[in-house]
Amino acid sequence: MEKLEHDLWIVQAANAAFGPMARALLRALGRPAGPGNVIPDYLVMAAVIVLFWTVICLIVRRSLSVDNPGKLQVLIEDGVAAARGVLHDYVGHKGPRYLAIVATMFVFILTGNLMGLVPGLKSPTANINVTLGCALTVSVYYHLQGVKEQGIGPYLKHFAAPPGAPIFLAPIMLPIEIISHLSRVLSLSLRLFGNIFGEDLVILILFSIIPFLVPLPMMFLGLVTASLQAFIFVLLTTIYLGGAVATEHEHHEHGEMIAGEV
Amino acid sequence: MSKRCFVIVAVFVIALGLVSPLHAQEAAARANTSTVAQWSIITAGFALAFAAAFGALGQAKGLSAAVEGIARNPSAAGEIRGNLILGLVLIESLVIYVLLISLILFFVKPF
Repeated sequence: MEKLEHDLWIVQAANAAFGPMARALLRALGRPAGPGNVIPDYLVMAAVIVLFWTVICLIVRRSLSVDNPGKLQVLIEDGVAAARGVLHDYVGHKGPRYLAIVATMFVFILTGNLMGLVPGLKSPTANINVTLGCALTVSVYYHLQGVKEQGIGPYLKHFAAPPGAPIFLAPIMLPIEIISHLSRVLSLSLRLFGNIFGEDLVILILFSIIPFLVPLPMMFLGLVTASLQAFIFVLLTTIYLGGAVATEHEHHEHGEMIAGEV
Repeated sequence: MSKRCFVIVAVFVIALGLVSPLHAQEAAARANTSTVAQWSIITAGFALAFAAAFGALGQAKGLSAAVEGIARNPSAAGEIRGNLILGLVLIESLVIYVLLISLILFFVKPF
């Protein structure tokens, strides 16, 4: 099965172009690289995503118009409106403020998941480093936003005594809350990684048995999984953000929604 | 004309489909000498079977309740669907953890 995985031409091209530079940089940092490709697949693929969306956005920006919007512009506007709607539902009236990181995360993960179905490309999200990077970014971001919104004191107090819990439970609640916040990073990254990697592996195994028509149902399932996992990652991000930035009285309104999360 | 075209394409696809398993016959025969390695493979398979079985059971309960709720009150479908997807994914992630452990046992072979 390992023989089915060969070097992709795009990775080889990137390594031919930037490999020596990266090698020199790593040596200057005191961590010389081993043999083989210096720039791993997933970094090249992440760069492909960034380039792809930059080009798309530049093309759309050139023909932006209020009176006569193009098809792509309408599509993107609908996407932004949907993201704002989700943020408004789960975070509250100040939700759309966090549109930038949430929508960027969604676009990156969705494109990354779908790339695994295109011949010649590979899912960057089928690598644990990428998903862990996304999860850590989200985690740091929502803690920072929580501190910014509530102040450092009340935010830390919110760990020891979550709204609705009496103060004498603090010695029990504090470790539980800390572990639960740490496990969020674990579950976010492992869920995305496991789903996409498992999907790619199933397609690869079926492909190695009969490379005709048999992997097609799995590839269709891959389409569903890709969009669903991107949506779920962003939905959980939004819920965590909502839990972090909600102030005391808002907790009572959104209490039920925030309660049952892992 | 189109029928002949179809027959030609069908014969081509079937022929390639019959040929293709021949390429996959080069199964690497590995010699797993240690007993722990052998048992870890068996454990991985059974762990995945149990995880899939009980994960499916849990998801089925949630799904049936959600469908019942939508049948009783179709106007609440949107909200129920959102909560259903969230719950299903949280259940599924536990199965995914087991899948990852199985994959580690199968492919990384820590023993």
